[in-house]
This record gives sequence, structure tokens and C-alpha cells, in this order.
Amino acid sequence: MSEHLAFHFDVDGENFVSAGQASVQIKKNLRQLGLPPETIRRVSIAMYEGEINMVIHANGGSADVLVYEDKIVIILDDKGPGIKDIEQAMQEGFSTATDRVRALGFGAGMGLPNMKHYTDEMTIESTVGVGTKITMQVNL
Amino acid sequence: MKIKTLSELLGAELICGESHLESEVHSACGSDMMSDVLRYVKDQGVLLTGLVNSQVIRTAEMMDMMCVVFVRSKRPTLEMIHIADECGIALLTTDLRLYDACGILYTNGLGVK
Repeated sequence: MSEHLAFHFDVDGENFVSAGQASVQIKKNLRQLGLPPETIRRVSIAMYEGEINMVIHANGGSADVLVYEDKIVIILDDKGPGIKDIEQAMQEGFSTATDRVRALGFGAGMGLPNMKHYTDEMTIESTVGVGTKITMQVNL
Repeated sequence: MKIKTLSELLGAELICGESHLESEVHSACGSDMMSDVLRYVKDQGVLLTGLVNSQVIRTAEMMDMMCVVFVRSKRPTLEMIHIADECGIALLTTDLRLYDACGILYTNGLGVK
């Protein structure tokens, strides 16, 4: 494994207003590294959707971003309720979000599909009642 | 189109970001669903929305947008203005409805292919 930079964030699940702070920070960090704007945007959007998901569904969690020479890996880990049917959750428009979340502009069933759309690889490991770990990769 | 022109066309009030009035924008997106907005990436865009919460500004920031227009006389909170100031996004508010505001910008050439 080549050397890499690692960034770690704790995502507060209590506060919808502050959700997205980790994604804002990673965007700044990647800019400082001089990465292409399109790559930065893809990473930060995928992470932002993941962060929102963790706040909406899982009462927070952690986000790790690893920057390698040839790729960026984002790992989102939560101890939330887990995803019962991952295939169904990946369908555009499918959502278990509440009306309250929808009124805030999310919960349209586009979060996970958007994360897949903006990354080159995405895997979801989830156990109901235990939590969810999503690993995404953006190639450089 | 300059943000200043866009503001005049919509009869909008500038809430913050006066220094961005001369900036050029080339496309716009009108929606209250932020995940839909996150799907459409275009440089130097404008977001028109009737939704008012801090995630609207975060979404615009993620998309590298330069301007958010609140329709139906909606006004951003102080927290939202603070975030917008920090990341260099102009905020405007107009009495127009979303459909009308988008229509006016489109017929004046914004985002027309």
C-alpha cells in the first residue's frame, strides 16, 4: 500500500443544521492538496450525501477519507438501524425518510444513488440492528 | 449573465454577497429537493429554491454555485447568511414564484443551449 493522507471526522447525529461540516472541511483539505476541481466536487458531494444519511437515519457516525496517489477512499461508518434491503435502497426514489426530513429538502431517495453516481466504486456492508459501513472510491 | 442582471430581472433584493454582483453565471437550477440539485453539476450555477434551511447553502457550496435565489419572498436565517458569507455565495430573495423566476431567467438566455 502506498503512503496516504488520512482525515477523520465524527459526524454529529443530533444536529441537522450543522450536517455537512465534515464534507465542507474535506473540500477545503482537498483544495489545499491541489486536486482537480471535478474530483474534489465528486468526493465532497458523495461524502455530503453520506453525511446527511448518517444524520437522518443513523444518529451520526464517523467519516474517514484516505488520499492515495491514485485514488481517494471514503469510509462512512455508523451504528444506526442498518439497511434491510440494499438493492431496494439503491433504487432512485426509494426512501424510508420521514415527512420531516422531506420538508428539509432530503429524503427523495437520491442519496445512495447519487453516492454511487459520483464515485468509481461503492460497497455497502450493513447489518440490521448493528450498523452500516459504506466504502467509496474515486480514482485520480 | 451577471448576478446583478439576474437580480434586476427578478426584481430581487440582495441579502449578502455584494462583491459577487459582477460575477458571471451560465446556468441555473430550480428545486426544493437538495438531492436532485446535487445530481446536476454545472459550473457557476445559480440555485432557485423555496426551501429555507442551512443545507440549501451547503448544497450550493458542494456544487460550487455562486448564487442562491429564494423565491416566494422567503428569507434566509442569520446562520444561513453567515455560511453563505464564509463560502462566497450571494443570496437574493424575490417575490416571484419558482416557476415564474425560472421562466424569466430562461427567456432572457440563462442556461439556454
